[in-house]
Amino acid sequence: MSSFAPPDLSQWSCPLPLRDYPTIVMGHGGGGKLSAELIEHIFVPAFRNSALEVMADSSVLPPPAGRIAFSTDTYVVQPLFFPGGSIADLAVNGTVNDLAMSGATPLYLSAGFILEEGFPIAQLAAIAERMGAAARAAGVQIVTGDTKVVDKGHGDGCYINTAGIGVIADGIHIDPTRAQPGDVVILSGTIGDHGMAIMSVREGLEFETILKSDSAPLNGMVASLIQFAPNIHVLRDPTRGGLATSLNEIAAQSGVGIMIEERSLPILPDVQSACDLLGMDPIYVPNEGKLVAIVDPRSANDVLRVMQKSQYGSRAAIIGTVTEKHAGMLAARTAIGGTRIIPLQIGEQIPRIC
Amino acid sequence: MKYLDEFRDGDLAKNIARDIRQTVTRKWSLMEVCGGQTHSIVRNGIDQLLDGAVEMIHGPGCPVCVTPLELIDKALAIASQPGVIFCSFGDMLRVPGSKVDLFRVKADGGDIRVVYSPLDALQIARQNPEREVVFFGIGFETTAPANAMAVHQAKLQGIRNFSMLVSHVLVPPAIEAILNSPKCRVQAFLAAGHVCSVMGYWQYYPLVERYRVPIVITGFEPLDLLEGIRRTVHLLEAGTPQVENAYERAVCFEGNQPAQKLLSEVFEVADRAWRGIGVIPKSGWRLSEPYRDFDAELRFDVAGITAEESPLCHSGEVLQGNLKPNECPSFGTACTPRKPLGATMVSSEGACAAYYNYGRFVALESIH
Repeated sequence: MSSFAPPDLSQWSCPLPLRDYPTIVMGHGGGGKLSAELIEHIFVPAFRNSALEVMADSSVLPPPAGRIAFSTDTYVVQPLFFPGGSIADLAVNGTVNDLAMSGATPLYLSAGFILEEGFPIAQLAAIAERMGAAARAAGVQIVTGDTKVVDKGHGDGCYINTAGIGVIADGIHIDPTRAQPGDVVILSGTIGDHGMAIMSVREGLEFETILKSDSAPLNGMVASLIQFAPNIHVLRDPTRGGLATSLNEIAAQSGVGIMIEERSLPILPDVQSACDLLGMDPIYVPNEGKLVAIVDPRSANDVLRVMQKSQYGSRAAIIGTVTEKHAGMLAARTAIGGTRIIPLQIGEQIPRIC
Repeated sequence: MKYLDEFRDGDLAKNIARDIRQTVTRKWSLMEVCGGQTHSIVRNGIDQLLDGAVEMIHGPGCPVCVTPLELIDKALAIASQPGVIFCSFGDMLRVPGSKVDLFRVKADGGDIRVVYSPLDALQIARQNPEREVVFFGIGFETTAPANAMAVHQAKLQGIRNFSMLVSHVLVPPAIEAILNSPKCRVQAFLAAGHVCSVMGYWQYYPLVERYRVPIVITGFEPLDLLEGIRRTVHLLEAGTPQVENAYERAVCFEGNQPAQKLLSEVFEVADRAWRGIGVIPKSGWRLSEPYRDFDAELRFDVAGITAEESPLCHSGEVLQGNLKPNECPSFGTACTPRKPLGATMVSSEGACAAYYNYGRFVALESIH
């Protein structure tokens, strides 16, 4: 059995000593010297960019041409570090992807931290460094931020909120109301990787191989799609609630039915096995580096080709079509040729007893 | 994966379904006993492949669904007590008691943990010697060996802060109760493969002998189910009721004997109430005398709790195959997965939830 080990932080040393505190104390959120030290020694070096370094109360940025996309999301994942990523990767990629799904080019992020008293500063530094790396990989800048500290026992180590601004070029109209009968549904890769990776480390479930989160920025793929494959009607990143939830929402918002072929869904064998073992359906399991595109049938092959050529889309596949029938509902043709409705779940998917 | 894909082959499935359709001379009513089978039938659209050739009646084999309201209330009472860590399989958390469910108790501060095995609960007890750790031991013969093992180890290792709220139920007495019902429409049974992997299938011969119904041991993958149905239909058409094993890769005649030995040591047969059905004599297990100290019902003094089920819920009729879920007046109106009246609407294995989720309001021809 293989197992996942969180990063070794014992060798971390602060570039400039952070006074005498190896852990977060209430004063780090107090706005005084301790707060300033965190910014100076941890956040600024990790995020490094000219807008941040001015250290003003707000970042002052030039207005971009086109329409503005604005999004926010909060990250409370446990554990903070997991196979294939960390809360830092999710905090950057999640907001970057939300912007990209409107067809926007993500530009700037904010980062708000809620830290629990006693949280190791070495871990905070590791998170900040990974956020900086993720931002550079996605081509965005973290230009403003905030830190608050809550009493021991009132938080779960570290929560992060990021908000992001992106710009949408003129002529791009991608939104979840635009799916039309006849459109083709294309998925950028395997589903369920992130959720099962988290579940396997959180619950201490061991499989023969380590399941890895798919956390990834998708703005590069979206930029290529917009450039080379016009007529994209809808883009969605199927995070919480998985592919089933995203497609149900699109069906409802566009007033159309969606029919997918279960056999076409790319699913890693290990993820499928883990789901089978726990009685879970991968179509409801969260993803953090996948998108589903609903496109004009004339563009379907172009979209597929562009996705497959991009870094995070090698297993992209056409998975279904949009139909006039069963409006507002998602249905699937099952592997053995039956059909089923795939409804929205009430809450979280919970493992079945047997 | 190759191993599983073989049992999900669409072409083979169509061939078997065609065989079934061509074999039947009348519409037979088959009951799949296990909730896992119900789930698989609906999830894979097997009933549609059969195209009305066979009526599938969804049986009482969802452990979550048949756990009586009274026991849920006892679980809620125990889980609410300060100092208790209450461990359960995930899908018990949403089952409504008389007033609330375990999710609500958790939100109100109860320490409720989802575990995947009773042995995980035992480990939690080892790690928290100052806390009382209770495992909600429900299920059929399938989950029983692991539960028995947990209690057995607790006794062996002297883990005194561990106990189990037991509500084990047994398949053969349930089949017999259904057959004894004057309203019984079931003409053959698909027996639950995983129950039989523990218990074997020797128990079914007297039932077949007495009631003259075919019983075919059946697995859970689409092809397993179709093959089970195919064999059952052939037995019905030939008028030769007998026991057949269509799940040979997991089930043998005598079953898992070390498991049965442990079960007979840790548990003893008892009368059990089934939610929606009532008490079926000798249809369950409780902890045997040497293990009685680990019985949470006694340790927490909740034996006096009683409960009345909603008169609007007809889950008992559904579980016995007398009513289709969508024929219940409350289906989809007073009773939905969001606000379930009975447990059959809660568990994804429950017949009502399965109908609601997968078959709901759908004129199937409209999505072909």
